[in-house]
Amino acid sequence: MSQRVVVTGTGAVTPLGVGGAALLDRWCEGTSGIEDGVAACRDFSPLDFLSRKEARRADRFTQLAIAAADEAIAEAGWDDGLPYAPERIGCVIGTGIGGIGSLESQGAVLREKGPKAVSPLAVPLMMGNAGAAALAMKFGLKGESFGVVSACAAGANAIGTAVRLVRSGQVDAVLTGGSESAMTGIAIAAFASMGATSPTGISRPFDARRDGFVMGEGAGVLVIESAESAEARGADVIGEILGYGATCDAHHLTAPDPAGDGSARAIALALSDAGITAGQLDYVNAHGTSTPLNDRSETEALKRALGAHAATIPVSSTKSVIGHLMGAAGAVEAVATIRSLRQGVAPPTVGWEEAEEGLDLDYVADGPRPLATRSGIPANGAGPSADRRLAISNSFGFGGHNAVLCLAAT
Amino acid sequence: MKVKASPETAEKVITAGLIEVGAEPGDINREATFESLDVDSLDLVEIAQIVEDEFGVELVGDDVQNLKTVGDVIDMVVAKSA
Repeated sequence: MSQRVVVTGTGAVTPLGVGGAALLDRWCEGTSGIEDGVAACRDFSPLDFLSRKEARRADRFTQLAIAAADEAIAEAGWDDGLPYAPERIGCVIGTGIGGIGSLESQGAVLREKGPKAVSPLAVPLMMGNAGAAALAMKFGLKGESFGVVSACAAGANAIGTAVRLVRSGQVDAVLTGGSESAMTGIAIAAFASMGATSPTGISRPFDARRDGFVMGEGAGVLVIESAESAEARGADVIGEILGYGATCDAHHLTAPDPAGDGSARAIALALSDAGITAGQLDYVNAHGTSTPLNDRSETEALKRALGAHAATIPVSSTKSVIGHLMGAAGAVEAVATIRSLRQGVAPPTVGWEEAEEGLDLDYVADGPRPLATRSGIPANGAGPSADRRLAISNSFGFGGHNAVLCLAAT
Repeated sequence: MKVKASPETAEKVITAGLIEVGAEPGDINREATFESLDVDSLDLVEIAQIVEDEFGVELVGDDVQNLKTVGDVIDMVVAKSA
């Protein structure tokens, strides 16, 4: 049997504030982090987490990752030193675009002052693996480390990849997650140009009036460890990643397969990897972008993968309050899901009012609701527990990338 | 175009550049080594860009590699701009 993988620390910086607690608490209060059509991390100040020198050597997406990682590392009890040999700790961080802000500002320098004026920091700031590199260096993690790039599925693909790395036995633990800060001139114009973002600036997933996603920024980071190693060091376990499923639509540059075939297969793979059945799920944290296409195809995929159970499981979208964090979304939503399961609450899809034909799942429209525990007994040997709750968190990206995590917490 | 750098103006520009790349202002003096200021090769490229912008003096390759202290770079800029 392969290694079970537990979560011992989580951290998040989101438009709802710095810290994972702010994310779930404010979400459940119905607070929105969206202002003027974008969801920025207004409470985040890099110099609270980094020296002046460190801050200027990191693009904002990396700065956000560092702040989220600080929280996760502290919760895991690693802030006084690493519990394992550094060579046996990995670091895998996803991003959709990487340091596009740095790329754009250096593009302006090139045009205005010529090639000799371009900063020697431009490459290390903008490279998509900068988050993974910065975290590995900051915490001295010397195992396998890289960035994961799969658009809006990157955060979930990173975590899933990290799970497989732990299961392989090559490492005892991985610092993993996703980060994004791409609300720049080119990115805003480009997403608008392709009709992906909301012209009204409103994020209302699964609502009939939805008209696109709202761009957001942030980071989510988790400390994951092999259950055996975590137990041996006496760690407080806050959750478990039971399963991971990933597929590709191979259908279109940007549009999801309307029938939700690829995403349904990813959900089924995640459940099968977890050794659970659809009837055991207590909650679905949806990708729920608020785009006309995603929310319809995701609803189809859930029906396909979960069968009759789809109608009875609460499904909600974090993006209703923080917009779309793109490459960070899957990681931030994994953090939110673990917190939801621990607190026993299904957070709401805030702003949902109008049903659309065919979009008829339980989108938790009337505010947060206590989570029922259906059957928290995963069949993979994790051990029975009456109050163990199970969820999936969906992430789908341009390019047809689908990544689904199956999570458990008590 | 070259602009003649006096030791004082060179020191002023280089000190500002060092602060810009993240060195602690109180630690900067002629004898301070780049190592002690945590100034690495990437920082030195930025300092060289600032110097070139200000005085039209190009610091390249071996020039920069042999510089160990703040005084070394000030002296080189003054000499090269003369």
